[in-house]
Amino acid sequence: MDSGNSPANSGLRKTALNALHKRLGAKMVNFGGWDMPVEYPCSGGLMCEHRAVRGGVGVFDVSHMGDIRIHGAKKAGGALAAVEHLTMNDASKLAIGQAQYSAMLYPNGTFVDDVIVHRLGEDDYLLVINAGTREKDISWVRENTKGMDCAVEELSDAYTQLAIQGPRAAEVLQKLTDAKLETIKNYWFTHGTVCGLTNALVARTGYTGEDGFEIYVPSDVATSERVWTEVFAAGKEFGIVACGLGARNTLRLESKMALYEHEISDKINVWEAGLDRYCHLEKGAFIGRDVLVRLKNDGLRRALVGLEMVERGIARDGYRCLDESGNEIGVVTSGSPSPTLGKNIALAYVPPSMTGLGTAVFVEIRGQKCKAVVVATPFYKRVRKVRTV
Amino acid sequence: MGYPTQFKYSKDHEWIEVKGDVATVGITDYAQGELGDVVFVELPKVGAKLTTGKTFGSVESVKAVSEIYAPASGEVVEANGALVQKPETINTDPHTAGWLIKLKLANPAEVGTLMDAAAYEAYIAEKKKEASA
Repeated sequence: MDSGNSPANSGLRKTALNALHKRLGAKMVNFGGWDMPVEYPCSGGLMCEHRAVRGGVGVFDVSHMGDIRIHGAKKAGGALAAVEHLTMNDASKLAIGQAQYSAMLYPNGTFVDDVIVHRLGEDDYLLVINAGTREKDISWVRENTKGMDCAVEELSDAYTQLAIQGPRAAEVLQKLTDAKLETIKNYWFTHGTVCGLTNALVARTGYTGEDGFEIYVPSDVATSERVWTEVFAAGKEFGIVACGLGARNTLRLESKMALYEHEISDKINVWEAGLDRYCHLEKGAFIGRDVLVRLKNDGLRRALVGLEMVERGIARDGYRCLDESGNEIGVVTSGSPSPTLGKNIALAYVPPSMTGLGTAVFVEIRGQKCKAVVVATPFYKRVRKVRTV
Repeated sequence: MGYPTQFKYSKDHEWIEVKGDVATVGITDYAQGELGDVVFVELPKVGAKLTTGKTFGSVESVKAVSEIYAPASGEVVEANGALVQKPETINTDPHTAGWLIKLKLANPAEVGTLMDAAAYEAYIAEKKKEASA
């Protein structure tokens, strides 16, 4: 048997919590050039980590994510104009303290990366970007804001970013901060004191489909480890566990959140990915808009659907989709057992004619044609409770 | 968990226990630990002919598919059907109830070239050292 995990390599980049993860006995993997925990046997492994986030609380080190600040315009609105030019969602609709899911596009309407745009101040924005695309993203932003009235600052290495996720996340974090968490709505953020660190960014965001927060604290090892330890002490009564990239993937897949190089890439456009509601053509010019306008009238070649396996077998990333007669019709972008649903689920690109709910799609698994059906997505949606904290 | 001394072990982390000319094959405790929660097992049919070092099935955890390789050549005489319903047995009981197949050996002498328990434990100790480097 081959475990599929390559041994940790000293050439990989490390977050400030790397040594702590190893002390905890985490299984480490190379994720986009980063030495990251994929699961923690001390948490009970991936399944337990996944269930903790759905039912209690779990913590992820997501410091490998990148951060780009766009601000410093001479004239008011210069930074906003740059963000509007670079991203497809409408950043002019953001209030200070609000964030939005968005993406940076190539001129042909495909993805440079998906991003979360935070409006920090009057004309001050923070773009949180993916780890594997950091260098590409920062060059893209610099190149495409040349001559514009704004300053571009990369802050990726300045922060340790922890995602505290799950229905009990607010209770845990509230013990450690003076920020009034009950006043922060989903996709909003504030600055507050966290673990004694002043002016820390606290955002009600995440990549799990569950309630939760992402906190940004200084990235020195001592501070990062202290914050991690305090979060765990605060979460002990709720059974808090450390979570790795494995659970992060199953959680986001159940919630149909896109992963770069899977559901979105430089070969897939916005309409195919089904991210229409985050793309605001009416806001005016932005990179990729012209081609997207044209493509909108041309109709889709393929579309992203959710699949549930009917026959025994697990669809995995990159497996081919076939029709009943065995012709290749598409590809699986992400596939896994769903710990919450107890079913084998997948996201796949198929022809638009095969996107109807209940349509049979076959997945080729090690040479075998295995039946799946198109199902509604997201596969999992949390029940939103009336919040007390 | 200890590594039974009556087993022989392959570099691909399969164990084999020979009784007469029939051998039982499974994956080791180290292998199941590396895999994580096993959720799916695909085994060959009775009568399938296996060749040493060639893949004969797969074990899947939530995050990955792992091929399993034949530690010896022979013909499959039984597959552990209980694993279809309870694949997690491979995690909880890799060296006993979590066995995969029984094999009628083509050349029983072949098994002698595999590692014994002490050699295998030294082998995985080295692997663990690499992983934590």
